[in-house]
Amino acid sequence: MEIASHAKEKSRTGHRPSLWRAGVLLSALLLALPILVVFGYLFVPAGDVWQHLVDTVLADYLDNSLRLVVGVALGVLLLGIPTAWVTTVYEFPGRRLFEWALLLPLAIPAYIIAYTYTGLLEFAGPVQTLLRELTGWSARDYLLPDVRSLGGAVVMLSLVLYPYVYMMARASFLGQSLSTLEAGRVLGAGPWRVFFHITLPLARPAVVTGLSLALMETLADYGTVQYFGIATFTTGIFRTWFGLDDSAAAAQLAALLMSLVFLLILLEHYSRRRLRFFQTGGRYRHLQRLPLVGIRKWSVFTLCLLPLLFGFLIPSGQLLIWALSIAEETLDLRFLALVGNSLLLAALASLLTLALAIFLGYGRRLYPSRAMTFAVRLSAMGYAIPGTVIAVGVMIPFAWIDNRLDAWLRETLDLSSGLLLSGTLFILLFAYAVRFLAVALQSVESGLARVTPNMDDAARSLGEPPLGVLRKVHLPIMRGALFSALLLVFVDVLKELPATLILRPFNFNTLAVRAYELASDERLADSSVAALTIVAVGVVPVILLSRAVSRSGGRDAESA
Amino acid sequence: MRSPLEIDRVHVAYGDTPVVKGVSLKLEPGEIGCLLGPSGCGKTTLLRAIAGFEPLRRGSVVVDGRVISSTTTTLAPERRGVGMVFQDFALFPHLSVAANIGFGLSRLGREQRQARIDELLRLVDLPEVRDYYPHQLSGGQQQRIALARALAPRPALLLLDEPFSSMDVELRETLARQVRQILKRERTSALLVTHDQSEAFAMADRIAVMEHGMIRQWDSAYHLYHNPADRFVAGFIGQGVWLPVKRDAQGVLQSEFGPLTTRVGPSEAVTEMELLLRPDDVVKGGPGLEAEVVEKAFRGAEILYRLRLPSGVEVLYITKGHNDMQPGERLTVRLEMDVEVLFPLESMTPSGRM
Repeated sequence: MEIASHAKEKSRTGHRPSLWRAGVLLSALLLALPILVVFGYLFVPAGDVWQHLVDTVLADYLDNSLRLVVGVALGVLLLGIPTAWVTTVYEFPGRRLFEWALLLPLAIPAYIIAYTYTGLLEFAGPVQTLLRELTGWSARDYLLPDVRSLGGAVVMLSLVLYPYVYMMARASFLGQSLSTLEAGRVLGAGPWRVFFHITLPLARPAVVTGLSLALMETLADYGTVQYFGIATFTTGIFRTWFGLDDSAAAAQLAALLMSLVFLLILLEHYSRRRLRFFQTGGRYRHLQRLPLVGIRKWSVFTLCLLPLLFGFLIPSGQLLIWALSIAEETLDLRFLALVGNSLLLAALASLLTLALAIFLGYGRRLYPSRAMTFAVRLSAMGYAIPGTVIAVGVMIPFAWIDNRLDAWLRETLDLSSGLLLSGTLFILLFAYAVRFLAVALQSVESGLARVTPNMDDAARSLGEPPLGVLRKVHLPIMRGALFSALLLVFVDVLKELPATLILRPFNFNTLAVRAYELASDERLADSSVAALTIVAVGVVPVILLSRAVSRSGGRDAESA
Repeated sequence: MRSPLEIDRVHVAYGDTPVVKGVSLKLEPGEIGCLLGPSGCGKTTLLRAIAGFEPLRRGSVVVDGRVISSTTTTLAPERRGVGMVFQDFALFPHLSVAANIGFGLSRLGREQRQARIDELLRLVDLPEVRDYYPHQLSGGQQQRIALARALAPRPALLLLDEPFSSMDVELRETLARQVRQILKRERTSALLVTHDQSEAFAMADRIAVMEHGMIRQWDSAYHLYHNPADRFVAGFIGQGVWLPVKRDAQGVLQSEFGPLTTRVGPSEAVTEMELLLRPDDVVKGGPGLEAEVVEKAFRGAEILYRLRLPSGVEVLYITKGHNDMQPGERLTVRLEMDVEVLFPLESMTPSGRM
């Protein structure tokens, strides 16, 4: 039977499988190239600069990166799990609003929240000014912890990354069978014991998935740690690349960073493999929300309000105030050009990525095989890899090709091609495709999964030719998925900072780059318009996401 | 009238693996046929070849007098005029029930299309779900809509691929009878694929029992049961046991119950044979053998007993539900059969029957 159905898939579409298959394998190889290049540098003999790094800063990089990871892990768990739990099992004022609003901090890139709080808390900022006015103290009378520190970075990153844990934990809590929990109660466990001994262990694989997403982002962060002056792998790669001008040593740092990421992936993979054993089967009844009263009602309300307040409302409010104060001077043609650049880049990148995702997704559906699955997985790996690492991995081979091409042209035609690949938008688009293919692919594949092979056959037997099937069945069913793929990549590209900083063509600016540069120059208010634009655009996929989250809850309720 | 389906020595293969090996079959107009067999026997592949989803290696498929598949041509599925109901129904999730049914009616004008949709909704007795979407329907409703969708373009032949396998077991027979009634009312010729004989019996006029890519027997349910063409069919259809039989010097076949009516010609060299005994071939009363109840299976209206004969051979015996006996009890039984199906020992095909 297995063989028969397998063979059936193969013959379904018949004619030119080899061309498509070769295309998929080739694109996968191309998309994996940056990662392979960086990995390759693990085996390149180390140079002087590397030795210098090892002697001086490598221990700091490792130390700071690990502290950051541990700190953010604690932060996102503490913020994400309790909020997920109370919005699942309790009824309290604003519960329905919090359900999706708690995702909002995800819209703010970490580097933006970092310098917003720096501006809020600096000596001349509103908080300290207010404090002095209220107490009559002078600057020497009090001591606030410096936000520009490792601890500060942990807080900033936790505030915008906890939604990953919140989202995954909540989905898991919602999916748990009430009977399991009731069985625990009947066996004599109190609500707290049930939570720690049944609910939380059942949700653990999901929580680990959310956690590892948050930690990947932490390792990938460049803007925050650079702004706060913390030496980590990402800042180290920049410094080695631009400061010490040693691409090999930068690539070796990148390879180390990538190894850390792979450790995370392994952890996630391991816990996910156990996920299916944890899933409760088939029919279950939905959790009934318990109404809270009195002091408990308001403490739970506060518990949910705080992450939303500090992770979204305060920073975006501050950005808005800044933006309004300088709107007149900033909203000029140069700003419009900046917006134009960003939109153009995001549009091109998302179309390219979507096209690739469709090509790979259909390839795997039409000609399923182990090799195809492996190729598609390989090409989707970029999402876990920090933008800095991808930038290094893209730049090295492209620059090599450019140099060769240039040398060859000079020799044969006495022409210079310049930096045909590495100096143009091409390299940036390619890097975005590597980094964000997984996002588009996930949407495309979930859309494709809704079109079963039998639907193709049914449409054919009802008189539609293949193109008609594509137009009347595939496109309408997949439209939503394709649109959200486009949108998600678009927004991700708009927010992306480190790869854009390294790979952009000379004098080509985007919103993210401009916001970051102005903030680095301590011109916080000036950067606010660009930052606010990024946040506003970033809210769109969060709303999509929140709709998906509440829908999944709704579907559970229906099937209950 | 022309035959709605005539397949002639059809071969289908996946790569180097032959799956269907020389199958021939002919349906009469309005007849409902069935391909019955264990999984992997090639029945679904044959169905997909008729629908045009698999090319033929050899042979031909003729629908309504038109050659739609042969070694050289494979007419595209959409140009065959053959409808199909899928195992998972494959309703289009983005279309309403009415639009699903109307999907194959694009050649009709708007009013004619609506009229045909309404007609089919009445036929499958679901006029109230017209504007629903597939996910709002129950499994049984989805199945009837899938049937309506396939019937809408008035196909010369309807194919059904395991149409009841996703249903609850209790529902299957009822649904099979409902579908049969609908097909008979529409006078549609159909070919059904299933591995479940009660489905096949409830729905089909004639059944092809398949094994290893070949048809073992193409017959009515009654004949498959009482007159199986070979040991595979005998074992696959219904329940039964093999009773040893010996030929004596006069050419008379002797069983534990005494001589059989069947005579064996002198040319037969075989002396040892086996007789197929169905549970209903064994009846209570003498003259006969005293047997002991070994095991019982209560089935409500009837009880199936396993009895041990004096020789130690065990046979099945079915009786009305009021006839309650316990393991260890004894009763006298004899044989009462219309047809004696005999197989030489270790041979696939029967040697004699009456």
